[in-house]
Amino acid sequence: MNKEKPQRIKSVSYSKYGLLFIAPFFIAYILFSLWPLLSTFYYSFFEYVTRNLKTTVEFCGLQNYKNILGLADGERAYFLTYLGNTLRLWILNFIPQVLLALLIAAWLTDNRARLRAKGAYKVLVYMPNIITAASISLLFYALLCKFGPVMSTLRSWGLVGSSSDLMTSKWATSLTISFILFWMWYGNSTLLLIAGMMGINPSLYEAADIDGATSRQKFFHVTLPLLKPVLLYVLVTSAIGGLQLYDIPALYNTGAGGGLIGLPNDTSTTITMYIMRLHSSDTGRAAAVSVLLFIITLIISLIFFRVFREDDGRGRHHKGKKVGA
Amino acid sequence: MKIESDAKLLRRRKIFRNIVLVFLCFLSLLPFYLMFVNATRSSNEIKAGISFLFGSSLSANLKNFASAQVGLGITVLGSMVNSFKIALPFTVLSVYFSALTAYGMYAYNFKLKKVAWGFIMAVMMVPTQVFAIGYYRFMIQINLIDTYWPLIIPAITTPAVVFFMRQYLQGALSLEIIEAARIDGSGEFHTFNTIVLPLMKPALATQAIFQFVFSWNNLFMPTLIISSSSKKTLTMFVQMLTAESFRADYGVVFLGLAITILPMFIMYFILSKFIVEGVSLGGVKE
Repeated sequence: MNKEKPQRIKSVSYSKYGLLFIAPFFIAYILFSLWPLLSTFYYSFFEYVTRNLKTTVEFCGLQNYKNILGLADGERAYFLTYLGNTLRLWILNFIPQVLLALLIAAWLTDNRARLRAKGAYKVLVYMPNIITAASISLLFYALLCKFGPVMSTLRSWGLVGSSSDLMTSKWATSLTISFILFWMWYGNSTLLLIAGMMGINPSLYEAADIDGATSRQKFFHVTLPLLKPVLLYVLVTSAIGGLQLYDIPALYNTGAGGGLIGLPNDTSTTITMYIMRLHSSDTGRAAAVSVLLFIITLIISLIFFRVFREDDGRGRHHKGKKVGA
Repeated sequence: MKIESDAKLLRRRKIFRNIVLVFLCFLSLLPFYLMFVNATRSSNEIKAGISFLFGSSLSANLKNFASAQVGLGITVLGSMVNSFKIALPFTVLSVYFSALTAYGMYAYNFKLKKVAWGFIMAVMMVPTQVFAIGYYRFMIQINLIDTYWPLIIPAITTPAVVFFMRQYLQGALSLEIIEAARIDGSGEFHTFNTIVLPLMKPALATQAIFQFVFSWNNLFMPTLIISSSSKKTLTMFVQMLTAESFRADYGVVFLGLAITILPMFIMYFILSKFIVEGVSLGGVKE
């Protein structure tokens, strides 16, 4: 299709329509995202105390931050604990996720050992990603809880003791949550990496073949370096999503009635669960947690944009493929 | 000689890869299969261990499920209707306004265009959760708390969809078409609605699926905004399945889960082709 941009036809008198068309987005963004973000910053400097149905608000400087970081007397560093929990859950899922995704993507794009039913494989490995995460979390809980079917079968085979319970172990709980995340997201990463691999110029592989490179050499010296931008994209979107982790830990092993305390012993509580727990009772503290979360997210994005700019497009094969064509 | 052993190696490699991939597909389906099986078994049967064969307690579980949800103030079907009431307008607003914004950015030249585009790119990575507290307070102030509006209106601002739509327009729409429409006397807004939108159908459809799924599966924002039982969404209903009234009966829990998962399950297998294509496209950064 027509690739050249018809610069000459553009007319200045229409420019007001451009502004008019983008106005709803910007007005709504300022009102419903930017303003709440700024007010979250503002709230984080105030102390909200509710006693006898009366809420008093007082400026308290950095007190909320000191409280959540455990720097004030009698306060525990909940923010750091929950940040640690969140990172543990994310790392345990991301490393196996990206490794498996790389492997599967390499297999499905391998031109020498062409596999059949590629479409079916893609459909099935991606499927868990679309199903309601809340339901999936509770499903795993129901399957793995103390008197659930899986533990009962293991017990009857004598593989676990009669009193063993995955839900009372910190590592069993963390590993299960990470497994659910891994299981839900590796299909997504695989599809993104396949798209990235398809974008690599095939003549590079032909050149490598002529030089007698093995599959392994081609993967490590051609595919991986050229896949860096896509890998980085997968890493950053996963990291930012991982920091906001809510649905799975909020419903897996949290005790009855949704108390939002990740069992056992608060070791699977994430930052967003903490925000949710505080949102109506202590606005100031919840806001301070949000601000710190925002700053961490911002740092990750900035690193990403920096590295991405430097790498963008180098050596990649632009087929001029139309999106959606 | 060498070619023959190469072919053998290749075949062995293919067999190995197929086995691993079939295992992974099996792994994707297994939890759902066990869920459907357990939905048809009694609580005691479930406590006795895993079974791969369907039981005969489906109707008993249905009856117990129906009586267990009485005290909740909302039924599972009611919560699905609620989720639909949010997800449908959310989807429509999201794809329409994203297409409009993307078109405004693509077809016109104006001052600040670069700044505006930079802004959209910059906020693409900002997750809702970081300003949820401010949003929650704001919704209390303007009296929209416990209504569906706060869950629908943000659809107007979905930067990632705008980004995708603009990429699409670059490939699918030449500005000559718009110029021709102008000569025919078509107004700018009219041109967008009658000429540009139909041209964008494939992009609109793909993004509509993802926006619908996003809204349908969302748990965090509804939990923050909705408090009346009768207004609870499907994901909030799932959260209620952790309550004691359900925990006592395992068959009922599995049945409840099966009911909550079924709509997405069916939708996925009908639309899977578009979804898988859509995910692949989302990652192609040009």
